[in-house]
Amino acid sequence: MTIKHMEEYRDAEISRGLVEKIRASSTRKIRLMEVCGTHTVSIFRSGIRSLLPDTISLLSGPGCPVCVTDQKEIDAFIALARFKDVILTTFGDLMRVPGTETSLQKEKAEGCDIRVVYSTMDAIDLAVKYPEKKIVFLGVGFETTAPTIAAAIQTAKQMNLNNFSVFSAHKTVPPALKALMSMENIRVDGFILPGHVSVIVGRDAYTPFFEQFRTPSVIAGFEPADILQAISLLVMQIETGSPELANAYGRAVTDKGNPTAERLLQDTFKIKDVAWRGLGVIPGSGMKINADLGAYDAERQFAIEIPASEDPKGCACGEILTGIKKPFECPLYKTRCTPMDPVGPCMVSGEGTCAAYYKYHG
Amino acid sequence: MCLAIPSKIVKIENGMATIDVDGVQRKTSLLLVEDAGIGDYVIVHAGFALHKIDEADAMESLRILKEAAAFVEKRGQDNIESS
Ligand code: SF4
Repeated sequence: MTIKHMEEYRDAEISRGLVEKIRASSTRKIRLMEVCGTHTVSIFRSGIRSLLPDTISLLSGPGCPVCVTDQKEIDAFIALARFKDVILTTFGDLMRVPGTETSLQKEKAEGCDIRVVYSTMDAIDLAVKYPEKKIVFLGVGFETTAPTIAAAIQTAKQMNLNNFSVFSAHKTVPPALKALMSMENIRVDGFILPGHVSVIVGRDAYTPFFEQFRTPSVIAGFEPADILQAISLLVMQIETGSPELANAYGRAVTDKGNPTAERLLQDTFKIKDVAWRGLGVIPGSGMKINADLGAYDAERQFAIEIPASEDPKGCACGEILTGIKKPFECPLYKTRCTPMDPVGPCMVSGEGTCAAYYKYHG
Repeated sequence: MCLAIPSKIVKIENGMATIDVDGVQRKTSLLLVEDAGIGDYVIVHAGFALHKIDEADAMESLRILKEAAAFVEKRGQDNIESS
């Protein structure tokens, strides 16, 4: 048998067996958190919640990159779009995120040149095509996305491009887990750790977090069976009182991660303390562009002055992102805030918890 | 948002691969993986291959999952439908 498109992982018998195993072994009431927008979507789409026993609550953590981006950075992105000679490039899910006064989408309608790209390399192509323009890419994402942006910056350097820069709002997951577990009012009994962040950073990157808090943690893939397997392992660890840092996505994740990507990250970014929506400033959780690559750093190249900004009034995204509240506990959910007219980022991104509830809970 | 399923490399030209996911073809940079070749399955994110799936690892993952799921047979019961 060869593994082609990995259909074998979708064998219904596997999921059925895992659900049965979870049901038979879960006795204590527990709260498990996933920290990856793709897991959030996969859990909703596959209906995993409805298969689990009442003892298990699944929470979504700060795993949606657009959602955890600080309001001030959203405002800075919009300010960048207003520079006359700038072509702003971004992944699509940032377009409709509300800034303090407007959004990138509204600015585009007003005439700003903002383009949605599929890859940073598309932004490089634009820089070559329009030498008289300044191409700025909005770098939002975790360790999965950051190496692709680092590769673009290094490529621009090799090509001697002088009209390409990046606003780096990249963030790293392990420090956020520490910050989350250090907050008051947070009760998480186990973590479903992100799949593709872990492809890059490797299992060992979570060791300091795990050793400090001893919270059961399992790296999971994205098929329903992968997620069920992670839940099953977490239940076992909790029931037997033997927490572990386990890897249930061995076909993609190694202990050390992707060394090429890690090297590129080190050559391109410097670790800084940065602000997250809902979590505040987290030490060592941001990737900013190295000083020697300042020519490619939009924050250095453009004078952007942003007054202190506040999160949208009444929006509970901060509490949603930390698992304190569920979307229907926000008074604006489905009333003033819908995917068509979002108040906060958690309703905009396809990976946002509010958007996922809206789409799959009806 | 990550693409959950691996993509197959069908062509490579100047460090750029053409990948196929369920019949849709796309260009992907190979800058972040060192040893991917035609016919390999890779995990792709935002236009970059991040990891080459090793066939042996994939089979091992599947074996572990099947073993974990075999619990039902051992217990000789199947009451999931009633849930
Ligand atoms: S429903 Fe809307 S306003 Fe409420 S927390 Fe979610 S995004 Fe914010």
